[in-house]
Amino acid sequence: MTNNLLTVKDLTMRFGGLLAVNGVDLEVKEKQIVSVIGPNGAGKTTVFNCVSGFYIPTAGSVIFQGKELRGKPGHLIAREGMVRTFQNVRLFKEMTVIENLLVAQHMHAEHSLLKGFFMTPGFKKSEQELMDRAAHWLERVGLLEFANREAGNLAYGQQRRLEIARCMVTEPKLLMLDEPAAGLNPNETKALDELIVQLRDEQGISILLIEHDMGLVMGISDQIYVVNQGEPLAAGTPAEIQGNPEVIKAYLGEE
Amino acid sequence: MSRVTSAFVAALITLVLGGFLLGMSLTSEGINLVVEASSTGKITFLFVGVVLVFLLQLFREQVGRFTTKMRSDERMELPGFLRTPQQQRVWTMFVIIGLLIFPFLSSRGAVDIATLTLIYVMLGLGLNVVVGLAGLLDLGYVGFYAVGAYTYALLNMYFGVSFWVALPIAGGLAALFGFLLGFPVLRLRGDYLAIVTLGFGEIIRILLNNWTELTGGPNGIARIPKPTLFGLEFSRRPSEEGATTFHEFFGIGYSSEYKVMFLYLMALVLVLITVYVIRRLIRMPIGRAWEALREDDIACRSLGLNPTSIKLGAFTIGASFAGFAGSFFAARQGFISPESFTFIESAIILAIVVLGGMGSQLGVILAAIAMTVLPELAREFDEYRMLLFGLMMVLMMIWRPQGLLPMKRPHLELKRD
Ligand SMILES: Nc1ncnc2c1ncn2[C@@H]1O[C@H](COP(=O)(O)OP(=O)(O)OP(=O)(O)O)[C@@H](O)[C@H]1O
Ligand SMILES: [Mg+2]
Repeated sequence: MTNNLLTVKDLTMRFGGLLAVNGVDLEVKEKQIVSVIGPNGAGKTTVFNCVSGFYIPTAGSVIFQGKELRGKPGHLIAREGMVRTFQNVRLFKEMTVIENLLVAQHMHAEHSLLKGFFMTPGFKKSEQELMDRAAHWLERVGLLEFANREAGNLAYGQQRRLEIARCMVTEPKLLMLDEPAAGLNPNETKALDELIVQLRDEQGISILLIEHDMGLVMGISDQIYVVNQGEPLAAGTPAEIQGNPEVIKAYLGEE
Repeated sequence: MSRVTSAFVAALITLVLGGFLLGMSLTSEGINLVVEASSTGKITFLFVGVVLVFLLQLFREQVGRFTTKMRSDERMELPGFLRTPQQQRVWTMFVIIGLLIFPFLSSRGAVDIATLTLIYVMLGLGLNVVVGLAGLLDLGYVGFYAVGAYTYALLNMYFGVSFWVALPIAGGLAALFGFLLGFPVLRLRGDYLAIVTLGFGEIIRILLNNWTELTGGPNGIARIPKPTLFGLEFSRRPSEEGATTFHEFFGIGYSSEYKVMFLYLMALVLVLITVYVIRRLIRMPIGRAWEALREDDIACRSLGLNPTSIKLGAFTIGASFAGFAGSFFAARQGFISPESFTFIESAIILAIVVLGGMGSQLGVILAAIAMTVLPELAREFDEYRMLLFGLMMVLMMIWRPQGLLPMKRPHLELKRD
């Protein structure tokens, strides 16, 4: 418990009569890739929304780096170092690629209006730092050449990668990805696979992943949680999950 | 309903409504009011209107096709001589120099109207921060204008504070009002925010109207002194023992024109500062955050941006410009009353922003000029100002819903070797 980055206990979310999530537990340790899988409508995205402060869960607790975050607003949770992407890409489409990354660094920016009006050296330096960090991450996700394009004009796979870069410039400790491989071709999926592993091994962050692509999930996860109809179904390593008859039933039953 | 019938009905409605508004006039005969038919000129005008409505309705599809074609021309390209930043800088210099020498070349009346226009430019630019840049519909902007005007008027009346000292206080106080109002209400969405701000504007006006002991109520405050130039007054005689007037200091004859020119130049400087400040704001982190927030507030929150405080920034900054404009207005008029701060005033400022193309500074400036100069030119239509105003808004919504010069925000570029 003590060396957990994130501990979610007994998370429950009710929408009127619908119990979308019921008693889900999650644990993410430092430098781990943890996946949440389950059939469509299982409640995976709802778990994300509860953990990242977009919904206030009906019950349960969300402890991140030893702090209870349940009920805190989303922007404060993001500032704690837990940043997420969305199932449907949510870029600032009319802003350029680099501007998307500048906005994401708002918390690191120089906010003094006076310094900004008079363009003091301190202000310029701060803006340059934001630029440099943005350029660094664009290079890492292979989008540097598109820096000055409008984000909405990028190809879908590129938009997905930009969304990850936009999270990374905030320097998070936990990155939450909601179906990052959806709609990607096999090559792009492979690149994503490598990127996620690099983020863990080189950047030392943890990743919480929702994904339907079983090849990707089984290949990179340290730990997998299965949810079905809002209920926790199983948890374990990829090998354990693959051999679990209940999981197989839930998936096959759905087909 | 066939097209002819619906066109006929539309024309009939126009005739009935227009008949009351244009076709009749009230005159007083002794103590009685008598309804009379208007002059033939107006009646013709009315019939032309009715026929126009009939034809427009009849050929609606054709007109519709035509307007969509017009609209597809999304953005007006800047003319060739304005493309590069260097060219723009040179032309900006020319325009500024032109504006600086303008008062020396034109009539007193023209300079006076120009000063009024500049006040509206400033108000439009300030509201543009709130509506155009941050995307918050504020219908009570005039409240902050009133706060600015009364700040100077009252401080001067009770404590003899001079204009130059009152100016920053007025801006600061209006900003404080913006902050205090924004704090609870910026959590509200679109329409609710509009209603609450509308209420705020009215509360301020009603307060000023009824707090007679402090504000003089509906009688307003008169004899508000004009600004001085480093202590030099622009009156014929110094207002008090020991004060010096402008013409005495320079040893020239007295002319009331100096005062008018001085007010114009001051308004111009205030506007130029406003333009510069907002130009910088757009290129600063807060400006980027406004744009991002307009596009997707959920994504903003997921990145740690606090939507409420970012909106609050826009609201406060916008209010401060209204405060500066208000105190200048009070100084220029020399007399203010709650009458000057009605909802119509908010509506006109908002119309300037919408007409100009939300977010675009140049557009707002042009729209402010159009909105103040055109009514002056068409004085004989003064009674129908609101009618024309409505017509213009409807036409704009049909032809250029994006405004005259929609904003094309400067993109920050990544420069690489
Ligand atoms: N805001 C909401 N209001 C009401 N019901 C909701 C809301 N959000 C989600 N639900 C419901 O909760 C259930 C779980 O939805 P959720 O989006 O979490 O599923 P998911 O596991 O992410 O599915 P998918 O794999 O399709 O993305 C669904 O039945 C959904 O309709
Ligand atoms: Mg989902």
